[in-house]
Amino acid sequence: MVQERTFPKFQAPAAKISADQGLVLYEDMILGRYFEDKCAEMYYRGKMFGFVHLYNGQEAVSSGVIKSLRSDDYVCSTYRDHVHALSAGVPAKQVMAELFGKETGCSRGRGGSMHLFSSEHNMLGGFAFIGEGIPVALGAAFQSRYRRDALGDPNADQVTASFFGDGTTNNGQFFECLNMAALWKLPILFVVENNKWAIGMAHERATSQPEIYKKAAVFGMPGFEVDGMDVMAVRTVAQEAVARARAGEGPTLIECLTYRFRGHSLADPDELRSKAEKEAWLARDPIKRFEAYLLEHKLADQATMKAVRDRIQSSIDEALTFAEESPEPSPDDLYKYIFADE
Amino acid sequence: MAETLLFNALREAIDEEMGRDDTVFVLGEDVGAYGGSYKVTKDLYEKYGELRVLDTPIAENSFTGMAVGAAMTGLRPIIEGMNMGFLLLAFNQIANNAGMLRYTSGGNFKIPMVIRGPGGVGRQLGAEHSQRLEAYFQAVPGLKIVACSTPYNAKGLLKAAIRDNNPVLFFEHVLLYNLKEDLPNHEYVVPLDKAEIVRPGKDVTILTYSRMRHHVTQAVKGLEKKGIDPEVIDLISLKPLDFDTIGASIQKTHRVIIVEECMRTGGIGAEIIASINDRYFDELDAPVVRLSSQDIPTPYNGKLETLTIVQPKQIETAVENMVALKV
Ligand SMILES: Cc1ncc(C[n+]2csc(CCOP(=O)(O)OP(=O)(O)O)c2C)c(N)n1
Ligand SMILES: [Mg+2]
Repeated sequence: MVQERTFPKFQAPAAKISADQGLVLYEDMILGRYFEDKCAEMYYRGKMFGFVHLYNGQEAVSSGVIKSLRSDDYVCSTYRDHVHALSAGVPAKQVMAELFGKETGCSRGRGGSMHLFSSEHNMLGGFAFIGEGIPVALGAAFQSRYRRDALGDPNADQVTASFFGDGTTNNGQFFECLNMAALWKLPILFVVENNKWAIGMAHERATSQPEIYKKAAVFGMPGFEVDGMDVMAVRTVAQEAVARARAGEGPTLIECLTYRFRGHSLADPDELRSKAEKEAWLARDPIKRFEAYLLEHKLADQATMKAVRDRIQSSIDEALTFAEESPEPSPDDLYKYIFADE
Repeated sequence: MAETLLFNALREAIDEEMGRDDTVFVLGEDVGAYGGSYKVTKDLYEKYGELRVLDTPIAENSFTGMAVGAAMTGLRPIIEGMNMGFLLLAFNQIANNAGMLRYTSGGNFKIPMVIRGPGGVGRQLGAEHSQRLEAYFQAVPGLKIVACSTPYNAKGLLKAAIRDNNPVLFFEHVLLYNLKEDLPNHEYVVPLDKAEIVRPGKDVTILTYSRMRHHVTQAVKGLEKKGIDPEVIDLISLKPLDFDTIGASIQKTHRVIIVEECMRTGGIGAEIIASINDRYFDELDAPVVRLSSQDIPTPYNGKLETLTIVQPKQIETAVENMVALKV
């Protein structure tokens, strides 16, 4: 087995968080985890179809980055997009209804698991092809800079966060967009979720330089390696990157070392990853780790955390009922949404 | 009225629309400092600045995707393909994201963008620079495809394309940039979805577009001398096709010849024939004839290049043959 990358040491005193902020992160991670667990259950019960890629294990990345954004910032994801959408504020009901193919889904049942969109929440997608979301995110970031510098709008300081996997960093769109983002100093965060695998392709077998964050340097861009199982570490790096982007100082590449606790998708038998590897990473569960952090710093007690978990569980149950009871799109609308203004 | 070259007509369209709406911007290779490979954006860089006339690195797929993202968030990008053929590298962004994203998102986003530039065969540029791409793109849902052919329609159509809230693939032709025409001094816009009746007639309907319109016009001169009265229609919109205009003409002439520069297999003509059979089969007095370019990579040699493309003489003969079949 290839040697594990060492995790960057995180300077504990640098992180400051209030109890309220801590609970926001905790709630968001619980929401992501419980939502995905419910998806697995529904998929195996034959209620969801297509490819469904779950996010279990990677929650610290979504919560740490997206909860460092403002609501008018932009989020751009991949096919593993449920939890990014939830962190971005798309209601669980709408995401669940989308997975059920319902008209009330965030993409009105036309998109499915890999195509979650919400213009209301600046959720730009949901992209099922590797790498194709990165240029779209770049366009949103360009738009912010255009409004600020070409149109003179001082309030146009929105930041875009673009998420993608380790395997995707071997695709040309990754390099092309790093180049343009640095060249034009665009307000964007390139967030790599390095979960060590691209389906069955181990990261080290696919790339000549496995330390992805180092690829930023050739573009003259700051690149950071961060423990992606530690929401506080992710949050700290993300906040700095957001501040830089908002101040017009350009993009940042953030490589989060993380792991998915389930197969690539719910259709994946997950036979290649060793038991030892899985166990080692399960022991770093970002939710358990953050619970310990909250307790240690007296930001929450067991009862408070349980209340959060109960509340999220019931909101997921509500989302499920909503999804089940919602209508399917009307066959009369088969051609609706092909063109705007029709 | 001012005599205007086609490339300047396009330039005026872009200039006017950029002046009218500050969310309109141009991006592409050498569109800025260099003024565009066919000078369609000449001096706009000085006038509007480097963000609104953005010189991009040579990264077609990524800058096309970037335009999609900018369009989703409220800007109106105009991509110049230095040569439309290079956009093959952007096929994914054009098909998956420009074309399909509105539908896939259940109407969450609209994508007002124009992808324009020189296409077609001519000047012995060899196979890769002499592509006939319109057929490759016609099956992509959500795209509009337009081909201009005169300075007048080039300007009016490009303005309409920029104002349209959908992705528009806008084909220009390398051999038409220096066509001249007196253009109105007042502002005008030409609708994207209307075919143009170039010459009304009663004997046969000739459907054509882009540069082939001019080959047809040449052929018509010979046909007129022989007392044949064809109706010539410039399709303008290759997708969706304007079947109101096409249908009305078929109901009058009952005969159709398609003259196209794209390849025969799976071409625009192939789609038109299938649609005419669906809609107007009973109106036809003869099978629809299609004159297309050859199903080969465009050869470099000048004679072979000429043989690849439909020539006026062939059009004349085909029309005569069809009229001779008169029932
Ligand atoms: C263009 C393209 N090629 C191949 C695929 C099939 N595919 C889906 S996910 C995946 C692996 C991606 O791995 P990574 O970028 O590490 O993201 P992860 O799934 O680990 O989150 C592949 C090859 C695809 N969706 N798109
Ligand atoms: Mg991966």
